[in-house]
Amino acid sequence: MKLIPSSAQDLATVSALIAEHRDQPGALLPLLHAVQDALGHVPDDVVPAIARALGLSRAEVHGVITYYHFFRREAPGRQVVQVCRAEACQACGGEELLALAERVLGCERHSTRADGAVTLEPVYCLGLCASSPAVQIGEKLHARVTPARLQSLLAHVADTAEVAP
Amino acid sequence: MTAVTFYVPCDSAALAVGADEVAAAIAAEARQRGLAVSIVRNGSRGLFWLEPLVEVATPAGRVAYGPVAPEDVPALFDAGWQDGGAHALRHGVTEQIPFLALQERLTFRRMGVTDPLSLADYEAHDGWAGLRRASGMTPEAIVNEVTHSGLRGRGGAAFPAGIKWKTVAGATAAQKYVVCNADEGDSGTFSDRMTMEGDPYMLIEGMAIAGLAVGATMGYVYIRSEYPHAVATMREAIRRATAAGFLGDNVCGHGRAFRLEVRKAAGAYVCGEETAMLESIEGKRGVVRAKPPLPALEGLFGQPTVINNVITLATVPVVLARGADFYRHFGVGRSHGTLPFQLAGNVKQGGLVEKAFGLTLRELLYGFGAGTRSGRPVKAVQVGGPLGAYVPESKWDEPLDYEAYAAFGAVVGHGGIVVHDDTADMAALARYAMEFCALESCGKCTPCRIGSTRGVEVIDRITQGPNKLQQVHLLRDLCDTMLGGSLCAMGGMTPYPVLSALDHYPEDFGIAPPSEKAA
Repeated sequence: MKLIPSSAQDLATVSALIAEHRDQPGALLPLLHAVQDALGHVPDDVVPAIARALGLSRAEVHGVITYYHFFRREAPGRQVVQVCRAEACQACGGEELLALAERVLGCERHSTRADGAVTLEPVYCLGLCASSPAVQIGEKLHARVTPARLQSLLAHVADTAEVAP
Repeated sequence: MTAVTFYVPCDSAALAVGADEVAAAIAAEARQRGLAVSIVRNGSRGLFWLEPLVEVATPAGRVAYGPVAPEDVPALFDAGWQDGGAHALRHGVTEQIPFLALQERLTFRRMGVTDPLSLADYEAHDGWAGLRRASGMTPEAIVNEVTHSGLRGRGGAAFPAGIKWKTVAGATAAQKYVVCNADEGDSGTFSDRMTMEGDPYMLIEGMAIAGLAVGATMGYVYIRSEYPHAVATMREAIRRATAAGFLGDNVCGHGRAFRLEVRKAAGAYVCGEETAMLESIEGKRGVVRAKPPLPALEGLFGQPTVINNVITLATVPVVLARGADFYRHFGVGRSHGTLPFQLAGNVKQGGLVEKAFGLTLRELLYGFGAGTRSGRPVKAVQVGGPLGAYVPESKWDEPLDYEAYAAFGAVVGHGGIVVHDDTADMAALARYAMEFCALESCGKCTPCRIGSTRGVEVIDRITQGPNKLQQVHLLRDLCDTMLGGSLCAMGGMTPYPVLSALDHYPEDFGIAPPSEKAA
């Protein structure tokens, strides 16, 4: 795991978020969400400050971050592609879509492509089960996705990656 | 000239097939033609195969067109859809579409009709009637009403809601809580999502009634992180309901307090288990608690807590507004009322079907669903989420009610129904059930944590290796341990899909059907 120290600005952002959330009952999850919303992930070097503020051990905070699939310890790619693997999507070709995404993006599931352009993740249910298969790219949901449609959606993601520095 | 009203849903499932683009196209085309239009972003009617389903208000009622693509919009105006004109995408008056007309929508009666965040719309469609009645009743009377209605937990466990409420009401504590379980992680289910995105005040009203009934002044809605639209809509609805006096220190002006807050989950399926959810709200790893103590007595932050699913709480307003007798009259046996069934997967007409308990799976699959989307024969139907059994065709005429399903080793659960056609590989789906359990197990109990991984391995040995029958014996033994020895439904019910796949589709495991024992 790469250790890139957080910038002073990021640390200041986290301090402000800690101040905002620390007195809330059960503050840890709302605080971790706020940090990830602001920074895109929860860097390891903000864990001690969070632990201190909430009266927890660093191990407890680390344990929570690593327990939940949603929290990231490393920055994701510039675009996150999620393909649903749950049963309703499997019934309509979801597994094939995930395999296709791996090939088209040149990126295995659960990983970020070397150029940092894209992260590919399986997801377990986007709640679009009557319009399966479903894919989420960034914030945008897509349902009734055919292989051709996925290819054209991903072409945009991949093109963006090619022109990026 | 008065503006023509168009309804374009803002439900996630409509957005995911381009509803925003359609709304923009309607506005642009109308502007170009000099037509005055007003576009309401309603919830979805739940006819998802027709989304984006655009409705036009006409003197004859709302007329439906769908599925509409942005490029269809000019031709629809040419056809005069602003006056309900004929077009290939026209389905007539929305409420007369058979899929909708044949339903018994009690909980979902406003769904897709109203603008989800409009307090005026909610009020105009019987909103707050249940809370207004409850705020003039004693807590005991509210609990009795809910008990008498026969309403049972819609999350899947089907525990009588009134009994749970009575336990919390009877507990003495300085602080009590109402927690809504909106961690709808089951594949094939979306009724909670639709409720929060499409009729959020209904859930708020139900939770406020629960608060009054048990003496809780604080409530939490625990919503999956995979549902950002639901999180945003609920937060805004809570803000507006509080400003309007339906939440806060003086609910409906009767001097009792109830406040509500959304808590966003973080992608752990097992947090749909109620005690894991409490741990998560408390800021911990979502690890299942051993029971007792019951959460009703020692729940959130150690205080007495009502925990109900979204649909249970969202059904409480109609129970209070129309009375327990009205509600319990629907359904069969001990399954009173209605369930919003969710038809999903490989089905031609997927969507939400609210019906009284007692209809059959065959009616849902063919009457409402119209068979598979692929046009191939239906092979397997999983009822009740990823932990529900695959129901074979021999059981498709059984009534959908909790006891009838339990009698043959299946569950109605949260009412999710996932259809697979004859290309489905049931051994692969059984393996997937074990894989999913291994991925999502909280790790507290051994049968679930380790049994699921051993389950994947033994299924691989059945499908690939020699000594199949010996391995089948091992798998059954393992499933027995998981069923009997797991702390919660995660490990305890994963054997349902696995064993039902093995029992009813042995050929997919490479086993000759004649060796199958009677199901």
